[in-house]
Amino acid sequence: MSAWDIVVPVVAVLGAPFLGGFLRGLDRKITARMQGRVGPPVVQPFYDFVKLYSKERIATTRESLIWVWGYLVLTVTAFALFFAGQDLLIVVFILAFAGASLALGAFSVKSPYAHFGAHREILQMFSYEPILILAAVAIFLKSGSFLVRDVVAMSQQPLLPDLPLVFLALLIALGIKLRKSPFDIAASEHAHQEIVRGVYTEYSGPFLALVELTHWYELVLVLGFVALFWAKPLWLGVVIALAVYFLELLIDNITARVRWSWMVTISWALGAGFVLLNILLLEFAGNTVRL
Amino acid sequence: MDLVTRSRLKSPWILHFSCGGCNGCDIEIVACLTPLYDVERFGMLNIGNPKHADVLMVTGPVNKRNYRVLRNLYEQTPAPSLVMAIGACACTGGIFRTCYNVVGGIDKIIPADVYVPGCPPRPEAIIDGVVLALNKLKEKSRTRKTG
Repeated sequence: MSAWDIVVPVVAVLGAPFLGGFLRGLDRKITARMQGRVGPPVVQPFYDFVKLYSKERIATTRESLIWVWGYLVLTVTAFALFFAGQDLLIVVFILAFAGASLALGAFSVKSPYAHFGAHREILQMFSYEPILILAAVAIFLKSGSFLVRDVVAMSQQPLLPDLPLVFLALLIALGIKLRKSPFDIAASEHAHQEIVRGVYTEYSGPFLALVELTHWYELVLVLGFVALFWAKPLWLGVVIALAVYFLELLIDNITARVRWSWMVTISWALGAGFVLLNILLLEFAGNTVRL
Repeated sequence: MDLVTRSRLKSPWILHFSCGGCNGCDIEIVACLTPLYDVERFGMLNIGNPKHADVLMVTGPVNKRNYRVLRNLYEQTPAPSLVMAIGACACTGGIFRTCYNVVGGIDKIIPADVYVPGCPPRPEAIIDGVVLALNKLKEKSRTRKTG
């Protein structure tokens, strides 16, 4: 274990809010341009964050505060583990716990709107978790390790040419995870209104700011996951991740929201199906790492 | 100007509530969000949740059925928040003023910060009203509201 193993995650955890907020600002600007509007300044998410953080603290229940902090802390833990080069499966499972915290936070208040949002959040997790876990398995079959560090170190040739279907499936999972149309079912990342505000309905002021901060971490983490598919040279992976982000923005603006049953069908049939097909093809081609 | 005040001025999230008006003012408010006026340039978002809102935009004369809802929404917006009366009805009761079921103006129920007259007011007037309200926000303290 070298000093880099400590420095990289610390720098990533400290820098991610700035990068994530900036990317969210770009999102709002690009979305506005796609809709023929001028749009807010790129630093708008930071204004929103500071404003929310300085507002009055109103908590509906004490439990919801524990869950919102759990959402933040667990996401940052997953984020730090990913950038420390740790186990992909652990990262995926901690992310699942973080998502569950958000849903439980919404369940811990009495608002029916929050409850609807929580149900839908759980359906979303139910949709994208299989894709993420199977994608981790596919990466393992190709690189022989679940450790992000090893995947980066051992991929002499990038993962993408061998795992194109996994990459496609991951796009579906990312759309759900980033709360973009057509999968913005629990709550949209934009200020759209769906059953008031879904899971965020009862969070206000500083606690909503924490949720925003967590979203920034999530955004950088999922883009990092995409960049893993072309880890050498890394700049190409970053370019691919940004291109994927732009693609998600485009899809967000040209599609309408689907019903939750459609989301589950698409992500299980297409998403999980793609990954399994890719794993089978790898096995038949004898292209996997023999253990 | 410190960062907090600047952020508050740059990011007013709006909750729009119609207190029994004729829908004219509501259409003008929604017109502010269209590409023609695009108030998101100024960080304004039409947010559907009083708990996330900074500016409460009320239209309509307020009647005896919905004034409780109005007060409830006002109490749910976290401080510092602003209240705008949009249109003649919300300011004074307008042409419905003498109806038996009408309270007549939102300031009979909650303290209004800004009045935007007009039947209906143009989107430009509404945006002007928000700017005026934000100037008031600079002076508002961080303390809990008492009204």
